[in-house]
Order: sequence, then structure tokens, then C-alpha cells
Amino acid sequence: MTVDISGASDESAVLSALPPLQRPDEVRASRHVESGRYGNLRAGLAQLARKPIFIIALLYVLFVIVSAIFPSWFSTGQPYATFPTDVMQPPSLHHLFGTDEIGRDLWTRVLYGSALTIKATITAVAIGLVAGLSFGVVSGFYGGWVDALIMRIVDTLLAIPALLFALAIITSVGYGTIPVALAVGLGVIPGFARTTRAEVLRVKTQPFVEAARASGASWMRVLVRHILPNSWGPVAVLAVLDAGVVIIAIASLSFLGFGAPPPASEWGTLISDGRDFLVTSWWLSLLPGLFVAVLVLSLNHISKTLQELER
Amino acid sequence: MTRYVIGRILQAIAVLWAAYTVAFAVLYLLPSNPVELQLAAAGVDPGSLPPGQLHAEEAKFGLDQPLIVQYFDHLGGFLHGNLGTSITQDIPVTQVIGNRIGSTLLLSLVAGVVALIAGTTLAYLATYVGVKPLRLFLSRLPAFGASLPAFLTGLLLIQFLSFKLDWLPASGQQGWQSLVMPAITISLITGSVLAQVLMRSFEEVMRQPYIITARAKGLSRGAVQLKHGLRNAALPAMTILGVIAGLTVTSSVVVETEFTRQGVGSLTQQAVSTQDIPVVLAIVMLAATLFVVINLIVDLLYPILDPRISHYPKAA
Amino acid sequence: MTATLEPSRAEPGAAGPIVEISGLDVGYRRHRKVRPAVLGLNLSVAAGEIVAIVGESGSGKTTIANAIIGLLPENGRITAGSALVDGVETVGAKEKVLRALRGSVVGLVPQDPMVGLNPTQRISSQIAEALRLRGLRSDEIHQQVLAELEHAGVPEPELRARQYPHELSGGLRQRVLIAIALAGRPKVIVADEPTSALDVTVQKRILDHLVGLVRGTGISLMIITHDLAVAADRADRVVVMQTGRVVEEGDPRTILVVPREQYTKQLIAAAPGLAHGGRLAPRYVVDRGSLPAPILTLQGVTKTFRVTSPTGGHHNFQALSEVSLNVPRGQTHALVGESGSGKTTALRIALGLEHPTAGSVVLEDTEISGLSWGKQRPLRRQVQLVHQNPFASLDPKYTIKQSIIEPLVSFKIGDRKARTARAKELLDQVALPTAYLDRLPTELSGGQRQRVAIARALALKPNLLLLDEPVSALDVSVQAQILDLLTELQRELGLTFLFVSHDLAVVAQISHTVSVISKGRIVEEGPVAEVFKNPQSAYTRELIDAIPRDTRALTADPGSRTQDAEPTADPPSER
Repeated sequence: MTVDISGASDESAVLSALPPLQRPDEVRASRHVESGRYGNLRAGLAQLARKPIFIIALLYVLFVIVSAIFPSWFSTGQPYATFPTDVMQPPSLHHLFGTDEIGRDLWTRVLYGSALTIKATITAVAIGLVAGLSFGVVSGFYGGWVDALIMRIVDTLLAIPALLFALAIITSVGYGTIPVALAVGLGVIPGFARTTRAEVLRVKTQPFVEAARASGASWMRVLVRHILPNSWGPVAVLAVLDAGVVIIAIASLSFLGFGAPPPASEWGTLISDGRDFLVTSWWLSLLPGLFVAVLVLSLNHISKTLQELER
Repeated sequence: MTRYVIGRILQAIAVLWAAYTVAFAVLYLLPSNPVELQLAAAGVDPGSLPPGQLHAEEAKFGLDQPLIVQYFDHLGGFLHGNLGTSITQDIPVTQVIGNRIGSTLLLSLVAGVVALIAGTTLAYLATYVGVKPLRLFLSRLPAFGASLPAFLTGLLLIQFLSFKLDWLPASGQQGWQSLVMPAITISLITGSVLAQVLMRSFEEVMRQPYIITARAKGLSRGAVQLKHGLRNAALPAMTILGVIAGLTVTSSVVVETEFTRQGVGSLTQQAVSTQDIPVVLAIVMLAATLFVVINLIVDLLYPILDPRISHYPKAA
Repeated sequence: MTATLEPSRAEPGAAGPIVEISGLDVGYRRHRKVRPAVLGLNLSVAAGEIVAIVGESGSGKTTIANAIIGLLPENGRITAGSALVDGVETVGAKEKVLRALRGSVVGLVPQDPMVGLNPTQRISSQIAEALRLRGLRSDEIHQQVLAELEHAGVPEPELRARQYPHELSGGLRQRVLIAIALAGRPKVIVADEPTSALDVTVQKRILDHLVGLVRGTGISLMIITHDLAVAADRADRVVVMQTGRVVEEGDPRTILVVPREQYTKQLIAAAPGLAHGGRLAPRYVVDRGSLPAPILTLQGVTKTFRVTSPTGGHHNFQALSEVSLNVPRGQTHALVGESGSGKTTALRIALGLEHPTAGSVVLEDTEISGLSWGKQRPLRRQVQLVHQNPFASLDPKYTIKQSIIEPLVSFKIGDRKARTARAKELLDQVALPTAYLDRLPTELSGGQRQRVAIARALALKPNLLLLDEPVSALDVSVQAQILDLLTELQRELGLTFLFVSHDLAVVAQISHTVSVISKGRIVEEGPVAEVFKNPQSAYTRELIDAIPRDTRALTADPGSRTQDAEPTADPPSER
């Protein structure tokens, strides 16, 4: 097999009569339980199923979303119904969150108040995601002056804090779910744009992208079939995280008095209204507040778990 | 190097100008009738005045000029330190803000220092501690802190420290006691964000091979983390300072309202309620300027602090 | 040897081994199970002895280095056995005990010099730290730092001491790491793959220097390496490991000439520098005058890059200067050079991924240097690329089948059935089971992934394959398999290869002709047999000499290059 022209001694003759090599690298593949195209997905889901806190967080978030759309499933009462005999009652079995100063059941009000906030949150995150993703992809993909321009636009959005931006809009046109959602959505665009851009840049330089190009793939194919599927992981993580940020922003706005007008019962408004009675009836402010806080915590936890899974 | 500096400064100016344009557009272009809006805010009922007087009122506030002139007028004013005139109070905005900025600055500074110390310490401990359950707990804390809305934390603190235990005042800004709870509320958020970024940075750094080199010399884990870990971890974390400043500004709106402090934050809330557009515009621009300036400083300092950039080997 | 380096403090009468490991089991915790990395290791290192631990990836060799000084990563566990270092038990020892040993008894030279130094600290501080731990007084430290740098063979020590790691070349950084290890005046140095990340010429100098330093002072040395030739060249004793166990152990001469174990024989056969008694044995012999017509020609290709520094200034970097080469049809032409020589740039220009600043590239009688990517597309079917890194050249989310047939999809060739059939055919050609079609890259080993990459490259039935270091990221035993596969494919399908590599021995196994490139210029070219037997240029000679092999088996050669009398500086080709 080998032509030894070096005039070497007998040593090489001995060595060249050696048996062929084994194939040690065949052994490896049998370890994996899940294989194939959706193997990763299945393995990931299985891992998630083993995390109790994650499950609880997920269930709570689902509960809030469902109760926002169908509040009557979880509460028999009416949000504007008053129980004059049960004014200022602390939490009890009859009134889960107690009652307020004119006898309305707080639990019911909290549930009915979710709708506006959830709607606004979903709108804001959607705006941020779609716009941010587009910015990030175009920016990362084309580079050059396009990238520089888009990044400056993003910087501008970042320079004005989202809350102030929302407040400015409210100053101009008063409260409205859409304007507020728009304002907050604009505020979360920079995060998505930057994350997407970083991912696109990272994947773009990977050899498999070059390999696809070298084997005839068009840039469009490379973008859609290779870059995007490998980039969306961190974006999904951020989307969940930003949902929490948006909820806090919207609740803060209504807390400051810039929410939907009464008798709508947005969370922030409830909390703010309850401030006057904090000494005597703590539940009026704190329970809705905890409701919101646990929601945001759950979202954060889900986001973090997904992030760890990514790794 | 000078190219870089000039480039960054120009970029900062461009961003500020763009921010101004956006803010102006929102406040002056969005409303269906900005003139009426502002007059109403001033307490003038447009319908009840004869045209001559109406025109005089408009001129008084500069509202009779075409929008583009107003745009440049305000811009020029800002550049000269004139922030416009408050419509509701008819005094220069500079004065309105000036009365209140001291309180906000004090609160922000105190909150900032607390956040820096607490955040850094937490991040260091979370990386250093060897006992796994404790480490897990410490590393989850910042996420927890960042999730609590400012209004809730404030309320909880008031409930316990003020009403139940009567240690601290629930409102006002007299004496250092009044600073404690607001500062804690703000620094809980900003400190958590800082801690999260630092923790990730630390984790990244402590995984590096040069950490093993350092430990192989015989240094203790703590010494390695301090001498080799901290500087390398802190550098990338510097980029978050602008975001933290933004968070401080945002939080102070809620916190000052909650604790009834007379600062720029609560001023914002009032200006929005009364639709005092010039004040809102000025505040938005102040916030944007703060953010841009801090980022600029970080961008200019970073190359000096990171020897990989300042000591770039000259090509042969 | 410089005189100021004191001999180690070997107490008379303490004749026991410096390191004594018995029955050591080490594992890594993953998903609640401990997977063993080292099993039942017995090893001892006497004072002043040089022991080489040789093994491929997964053999457990690096684990040993970390384990005996208690620097295993977070999930590492020592599950059984004992390790005595200078008579002190390190298994289960308290951190204080271990710290007392680190630096002052055991010095570690870590694996990758590019990341082994703190990037934000000056060289002098990093060495000073080790000196301070030894107990030196502050006023002595500066002088001693310079002395240590000198011992390690770093030229201009005053200049280097003030600099930061990124201002030094890889070779210099490795020397600094050696200086740090020596600064503690240890009794034993553990060198973990001390030169794997460096070019061959630099490797040789540093290893020689290290061995020289150690011999002169009675310090023991444990060299951990995957390169049997490196070990054989310099060690008193060689320990061969496979999947965590010691397979064979003994005098290098004995092991190389009469290996007892099957695995050792495999390693020797696969190590190009050893397999033929230390000579490069080219597989093919061709005559310069009767080469087939070229399928690809580069003529006078020059490439200049504009490089911007982070602070905004920029300068021009000349990657290639007047490079010309011919790739004869049906044969393998190699392009050999060290890192930074421009070989990868030349390959990318040949493929059309980059445009030359000047010169022409002719592929199958078509000039491609000026063509846009779109115009080049039809030519894609004739030229394909196999990338260096098998772990990154396959989309992690694509199944093997999807990766292989992607070229067919891009060119809209065949329907689903036809493509599946072709995929099976290709897997067959690269000797992988068809069951792998539905697997993901993460389930395959490096060698298997590289086979998939080759299969993908063959999908369009190209005439020319460009291979960029296709085996350098693989274990030695796997390398030989891939090279054999490529040779067979060339014969079966009449393929032409342009093979870029830094490894002369690999080149000898697969190429007919070769061009040697250094700093963007071709310094020599011709049939492999000719060039390797009678190199005309000094650079080629240097490359050939630097190949690690057991030079002691070739003693009685007065021109032997093992005697490096002084610690030499890195060649001027290094920064």
C-alpha cells in the first residue's frame, strides 16, 4: 500500500504488516434515547415535564390568560355588583380577595380587570417581536450602512424610556389600549432587534452556512432555512421575559392614574385606589399587587428555564 | 482613536436629535388639535373667547406659529438651556424642574450606590459560594427582585416598616429616614438587573482557562475571583449602566408618586395629568440626554479600560 | 542553561517518587450519573523523570492532570484510589493542603496558550503573582520576573514584561506559561498538551526548551499529549491510555519497536511521523514532466485585506502575493503551510468565495476571478468544499439526510424519491450505515460527521473537491480512516483534490503534488516525493525537520537536531 522511497530499514516493513484499524467511533451513537428530527424537541419537553416549579408557573400563567378571556369560569360574581352589607371585608372563603369600600368583590374585579392588561400585553409583545425581529434580521444579514442605520434607530428608541414614551402619548391622546400598547411595544423593540441581530451574526459566520452557499443555496434559502431556525431560541426566551416587563409597565401606568377610566378595574388602578385604605384594609392593594407579582415571577421563571434548556 | 471618539460623539448627537423629533412629533403632532389641547391645559376655554383675545393667548404660548417653527424654536431653546414655559403654571420649565431636581438627584444617587454595592456583592457571592443550595438561592434572588413591580415593593415596605413597625415615614422628604424606603424600592430593581448581568459575566469569566492557571499557582478561590475575575467580569457589565440609568428614571416616577416626594418623577405624573406639554417634552428630553451621555461616557471609557483595545499591537 | 535557576530541593534520602497514583478512579457527574473518565490508574513519577501520558480524546489524560492537584471542573469527582504528591495525599484533601502543593510542588502548564493568560493583566503581574506566593520580597520581584522570562526563552524580557497577553504570539505566550509554572520552583511540572495549539516549528523549539530546562534542574515532568511521536521523542517513559485505562507502559524505544498491545500498534501505525521509522513516506510517486492537464489554475493571485483596528485606524494586510498553482486532473494537489500562511485564503479564492485583488483563477477553462456569485452558480456543481471543522459544518437542526441532499434541493435536482435514493447511495460511498439518515449531527462522532460532509460534497457529482484541513480536528486513528476513504473515492470516481493542510505527514499520505506556502508566497512546489526527499527551500526543510518523531532511534547521526544547546528564541517568522 505505501510506497516507501526513503530507503528505510526493516522497521517499516514490520510496521506495514499491521492489521487494519478498528473503528472506535462507531460505538458512540447508541447512547441517545431520542434521535431524529424532533428528537431534541421531545427530549426538551421531557426535561421540562420533570421540573415542578416550571409546571406551576406555566399553569398560573395559563390560568391568568384564560381567566382574562373567560372570567366567568373562575368567578360567579359580577365585577360591578356591590354587597353593601359586606363592605371592607378581609379575604374569606366567600370573597377570596375580600371586598372593597363599596362592597365589591375584589377577586371578581381582579379577574375582569385582567382582560385589558392581557390584551395590551399581547399586542405590545407582538409589535416588539415582529418589528424587532425584522430589524434584527435585516441588520444582521445585510450589515454595512443598513446595519448602522437600523442600529441608530434602535438606539433612539432605547434613549426614551418606554414608560416616559407611553406617558407622552397619554398626554397627547389620553388613555387608550392601543396607544399604550404601541408605546410599550416600541420600548421593547430594541431588545428584540439586538438579540436577533446578534444571533444572525453568530449563525451567519458558521461553516454550515458557508457550506450551504457553496453547494448552491441562494441567500434567501440560507436565511429562511438555516439562519432563522437557529436564531430564534434566545428570541423566544426574551419574548417571555419581556411579557413580564410589559405587564409591569402597563400596571404602573394605571397605578399612576393613567389607565382605563372607572369603573374598569385594571390591576394598577385597583392597587392605587387601595392605597388610601392601606392601614385598615391591606388586602385592597396588596392582593392585586401580589397577583401581578406572581404573574411576572412566573413569566421570569419560565423564561429562565427555557434559557437553561437552550444551553 | 480620534476617529472613534468623534464618531461616537456625532452618533450621540444624532440619536438625541432623533429622540427630540420623535418626542416632539408625539406631543405636538399626535393630538387632533394641539392648540386647543394646550390652551385647555392653561385653563383657557377656547370657545369662550373672542377671536382677538384667542389669538393673543395663542401668541403668548407661541402656539400661533406653524409647527415647524415651533419645532426649531423649542430645539434652539433646549440647546441654550431654555426648556420652554410651563403651560399650567406660566413659569419657565427650567424653574419648575430646578425646584425639584435636587430631591430626585439625591434619591437617585443613594439608590445608585446601594444598587452598586448590593448588586456587586450578591453577584460575587453567588459565584463564590460553594454550597450548592445556597448558591442556587442566591442566583435566583436577582430574578426575583427584578420581577417585583416598584409600586408593590413600595407598598409592602410602607405597610411593614411604616404602619406596622412605625420605623420610617411613609411620605415626604424630610430627613434621611424618608430616603430609606424609596431608595430601597428603586435599588431593588436596578441592583437586581446589575446583579443578573454581573452574575452571567462572572460565570463566563470563571469558566475561562486562565482561571485554572491562576488557581494552579496556589491562589485561593476567593483571591482568584477577586483579582482575576472581577475586572474581567466588570468590563462587559459596564455597558448596562445606561439601561440602569433609564430604569432609575422610570422607577422614580412611580416611587416619588407613591412616597409623595417632590421630585421630577412626581412632576412627570402631574404634568401628564394636566397635559402640560412643554414640561413633558422637557422631561423626556432630559431622560434621553441622560441615557445618551452615560452611554457615550461608557463607550469612550471602555477602550481605555480594556487593554485589549488600548494596547492594540501595531501592524508590522 | 542559565546559571541562576537553582536545582530543585531534592532532599537526600527522600528517594521516593514525586507522584504516586494508585487505583485512581475519576468520573464526571452528568444527569445524576457519574461517567468514569479514568479507571484504576497506577502511575508513579520519580524525581527528575520525564513521563509522557499518551492518549486520544476521551482517554482521560487531561483529567489526571487536573485531578492530582484538585482542579477538576465542577462536575468532576474522584471516586476511588489515592494520589500522593510529594508524599501528601491529595484525594479528598482539604483545599488548604492542596493549595500548599499547587505552584510550589506541582507546576501546571495549561493547554491552550491563547486563553491561558488573563487578558487584562500585564505579563509581569502574572508572573509576579507566582513569585509572591513563593515568598519573594517585593523589591526582588521585578528583577526575578525578568529572570524567569529569560529562563523560559522569551527575548526582550523588559519589553514583554510590560505587555499584555494579546500582544504576544502563541509561542511566546506558551513560554510565559512555562515561566509561571517554573516560578514556583516546583518539584514536578505537569504540561497539558503543551504545544498542540502551536505550529510545528514552534512546537519543536518549545518542547526542546522545556525538556532542557527540566533536565538541568532535576525537576520531574509529566507531558500529557495525544501525539505519540512528541512523547517518544523526549520522554524517559511512555504511558499509553485508552478510554480511561492504561494500555501499555514502558521505555519509548521498546514501545515503538515492539509494541505489545493492539491499541499501541494502532497508534503507531496512525502516527505519520512514526509509522515509517521517522521518515515521510509519500504514497504516490509522480513525474513532474508527465502530469495531467490542470482542472484548476491560479495565476499570480494577490489578495490584500483592509483591517480595521477596534479603535478605528486601519491598515492593509497582504494575505497572498503572486500565488500560482496548478491542480492536475484526477490527482491530489496539496497546499502546505502553517497558520497565517494564507492557505485558507487561497482555497476560498479558488472556490470563488473571495475575489482576488489581482491575478486569475481558471476552473475548467473558465475564468472565475471576476464573476459574481450568481454567475458562478453553474460552476458550483463541479467544485465542492469540505470544511475543517466537522462540528460546525453541519446545521445542527438538519438531519443527516437533509444535510446531504441540500445541494440537490438547491439545484432542484430530482424528486423526493430520487433524492432519498441518492442519499442512501452517498452514505454507502462514505461507509456509513443508512440508518444514520434520520439522525442529527449531535449524535455522531467527529469522524462520522466528516464523512457526512464528504457525502454532501459528492452529492452534485463534482469533479473537484477542495478540502480545508479535513482531518486536523480528528483523532489520529480516525484521521487515517478518512484519508483512506478519500483515496478510495478518488480512485473510484476520478475526483481531483486540492488539499490544504499544515501537516506534512498527512499530505504525504494522500497527495501527488504539493505547493508549500509561507506568508502568502509559494516557496516551493512539485511532486511530493521530490519535494519531501530533496527540499529546495529553507522553509520546507524547516517544516520537515520539525516533525516530531523518535529522533533518538536515529542517533549516531551527527547532524541530529535533538541537541538544542541553548534555549532558542522562536524563529523570526513569529511576531
